[in-house]
Amino acid sequence: MSTVRIALEGEIDWDGFRAAARRLIAQGVPPEEASWSTGTEADLFDTPSVDAWAGSAEATTTVPAAFVDLCERVRLHRDPSRFALMYRLLWRLQHEPALRHDPLDADRLRAQAMAKAVGRDLHKMRAFVRFRPVHDGLPEPLHVAWFEPEHHIVEANAPFFMRRFTHMRWAILTPRRSVRWDGSSLTFGPGAARSDAPSSDAGEALWLTYYRHIFNPARLKLDQMRKEMPRRYWRNLPEAELISELTAHALPRTGRMVDAPATVPKRRIALLAMEEPVSRSAASKPLPNDPQKALAALRMATDRCRECPIGEHATQSVFGEGPVTARLMVVGEQPGDKEDLQGRPFVGPAGHLFDKALEDLGWDRTQLYVTNAVKHFKYELRGQRRIHKTPTQREAEACLHWLESEIEQVKPQALIALGATATRSLIGHAVPVLKARGTWLTGQHSLPVLVTVHPSALLRGDPAQRDEAYREWLADLSQAARYMAGAGRG
Amino acid sequence: MNIQGKLAILADAAKYDASCASSGTERRDSLGGRGLGSTEGMGICHSYAPDGRCISLLKILLTNFCQYDCLYCVNRVTSNVPRARFSVDEVVQLTLDFYRRNCIEGLFLSSGIIQSPDYTMEQVVEVARVLREEHDFRGYIHLKTIPDAAPELLARAGRYADRLSINIELPTETGLATLAPEKDAPAIKRSMARLRVHIDDAKEAAKGDEAVVSMPKSRPKRAKAERFAPAGQSTQMIVGADAADDRAILATSAQLYGSYRLRRVYYSAFSPIPDAASSLPLKPPPLVREHRLYQADWLMRFYGFGHEEIVASDDGLLRLDVDPKLAWALAHRERFPVDLNRAPRELLLRVPGLGAKAVERVLAARRVRRLRSDDLKRLSVPLGKALPFLLLPDHKPRVIDDAQVAAALKPAPVQVQAALFA
Ligand code: SF4
Repeated sequence: MSTVRIALEGEIDWDGFRAAARRLIAQGVPPEEASWSTGTEADLFDTPSVDAWAGSAEATTTVPAAFVDLCERVRLHRDPSRFALMYRLLWRLQHEPALRHDPLDADRLRAQAMAKAVGRDLHKMRAFVRFRPVHDGLPEPLHVAWFEPEHHIVEANAPFFMRRFTHMRWAILTPRRSVRWDGSSLTFGPGAARSDAPSSDAGEALWLTYYRHIFNPARLKLDQMRKEMPRRYWRNLPEAELISELTAHALPRTGRMVDAPATVPKRRIALLAMEEPVSRSAASKPLPNDPQKALAALRMATDRCRECPIGEHATQSVFGEGPVTARLMVVGEQPGDKEDLQGRPFVGPAGHLFDKALEDLGWDRTQLYVTNAVKHFKYELRGQRRIHKTPTQREAEACLHWLESEIEQVKPQALIALGATATRSLIGHAVPVLKARGTWLTGQHSLPVLVTVHPSALLRGDPAQRDEAYREWLADLSQAARYMAGAGRG
Repeated sequence: MNIQGKLAILADAAKYDASCASSGTERRDSLGGRGLGSTEGMGICHSYAPDGRCISLLKILLTNFCQYDCLYCVNRVTSNVPRARFSVDEVVQLTLDFYRRNCIEGLFLSSGIIQSPDYTMEQVVEVARVLREEHDFRGYIHLKTIPDAAPELLARAGRYADRLSINIELPTETGLATLAPEKDAPAIKRSMARLRVHIDDAKEAAKGDEAVVSMPKSRPKRAKAERFAPAGQSTQMIVGADAADDRAILATSAQLYGSYRLRRVYYSAFSPIPDAASSLPLKPPPLVREHRLYQADWLMRFYGFGHEEIVASDDGLLRLDVDPKLAWALAHRERFPVDLNRAPRELLLRVPGLGAKAVERVLAARRVRRLRSDDLKRLSVPLGKALPFLLLPDHKPRVIDDAQVAAALKPAPVQVQAALFA
């Protein structure tokens, strides 16, 4: 059994690896018999002639796309055994079908760990490269950085810096490779020495000032810092010089802050304090005589209302909307998710259905006063969704006076109650809506109240019967047609 | 005052804001433009301060003059700290300079409230406008919005910023009314709702754009969607400045996530500030409480926990000695052990020590074969923590014993702060 030696051109020779690996697979060379080397120290190819593998090569090697991505990373690792590992995995993928479904295989995990280390190094280079401007005679300075990566990542990372600093000339020097961008092309070169990079400048002092002051001495967490910014990067980070000083002074500084007597305020400002939560008594404060203004005052008052627990959890109150001269007032149950976010009644799915009904009836929404029996949105959280919850009788009762005030101001000739909650609020006691729908009842204020179901009930109902249910609903609503006949109060 | 002096004061003033993230926005770079900068989805932490926090953005205030008197805030009107104010141009130049040096991903700008909320907001938006329009800056911009500012200003802010935030600061309306008398809880929520509606609309419209692209012959139905804060909105809550317990805090967070689709709620343990007001608590809360809240928040967002089931104790506080997932498991021993090879995802996610990634791998691997404890080891799952709750072909846990589990774990990290204020 002879060993096949493969010499790659340089540390990250991807094409070379792929070509060689394909040929070896086609030839049936098991991983134990292949040895990989990079760069100059490698022996010459010591394998059968190239022609022998051509042709059959392509067909045999199909691998999952994720494997290719993995290898692209692994090849950047500094571990000399990386190419052997990659080839072994490739070989095993051809011979052990179960491998691709076993995320816990040892070879696979090792490759993943290497890829992860490379990914971390790529990321840290993006983070910790620090450019310093060098004035080299051209109008814009050249920005130069010195960095010491752990793995062979300079080529792979260069496009990132190019995309970010497209209109800047820059160079990144590292011990093994260097890269330059002149505004139009990337050039790679040999490694450099630290002394080839510029030392700190005045502009960097600003950065140090920032670093010094963004640190909160009351929260010293050095371990956390070292975990994310390992020491080996410190020598090339200008701000790292401040760490020991900042750390040493943190405790005394904090101690002084805590021990210091509380402040005597410089000047006292008048407290604009949040208005007291509005209660029933406050709401009975005299309202402006102009109904328009009175409604505006009521709207603001409901927003502050905390008479029931619904208020605090909602975004805002959703007050009625429509002309003060409306002849017909439509009362729904409570705002839903969309209404709560927008602060306007009937703008959600049920509102859309309601709009459609108005259109089919030939009614104009701007002539209606539309409101809800309860002014805030009551919901239950399910994960990140807010699910509508029916207000309790007590909550609806707490809220009723707002609705009554609206009725008082608008003085409609008739009302439509959508659903059970609205009906109970307007009639004063529970009414079986499904029995009473389509009929006129007399409300507490002796106004006629047309009872029907809430549009959201139609949305929830059996889809097969939706059209039928919608037609019935239209028929209910159409009972109120004569109140819509004339614009404004007749 | 020179720029150095201003930077010192206005960075000092900004350090109590916990947010530093620069992730989750759209991808862009400076190819084809005339300016500077890129974002590739994942943010980059360019440095770390000795407080363990990441430095990703230039986080400063435009000014620390403020007419409000929020007691927990170092910039409140009655505080004696030195004051400074940047010009729009100074912030722009600092941002560009630090960015060119590759020290930051962008800018996080906030401000004390001067003259009026609208005036302040206009200045903040102007910085972002100059960066984007005059310098074609394509890095990350996070603006703190002033809740009482006009809706048009919020709309403009969303055009330039990647992320917008409005800090709710305290979890309850009463807390806010007591400690931040000028802050208006309903106005904060209303602004968050507004942002959510804008963000949702922009997303919807963007979907429309894609649909148009896929049908090249049809004329686009509407103009290209205006971008609006593609990295969404976030907020911050201060922990331990008032009496609100962890249960109340998590309930508020859940409500904010559910109602306004926040990307993140940041928790910031109330921190001793220079020149503190007398009505604040004497002792800051232990930092580990903040940490537990982040873990609990994580459970709500990625592990399917409801906010109401996380805090088990009567005092409404999370346990400090063990993480919230372990605390939950210990309080619900009757549900364990669960069979690693059979239990559904939802249950595996509740096993202490099993992270979301590990669970996905377990689910994938067990389709091919039965998993044993060696496999767990390879997933680098902390065995001492997970094994008492798991049933494996080669492992059968004894009765779960609080002390035993605790012994198998490292002691809770002792913090410098704890020692200092004990
Ligand atoms: S629902 Fe009604 S009673 Fe309850 S807080 Fe809101 S306005 Fe007040």
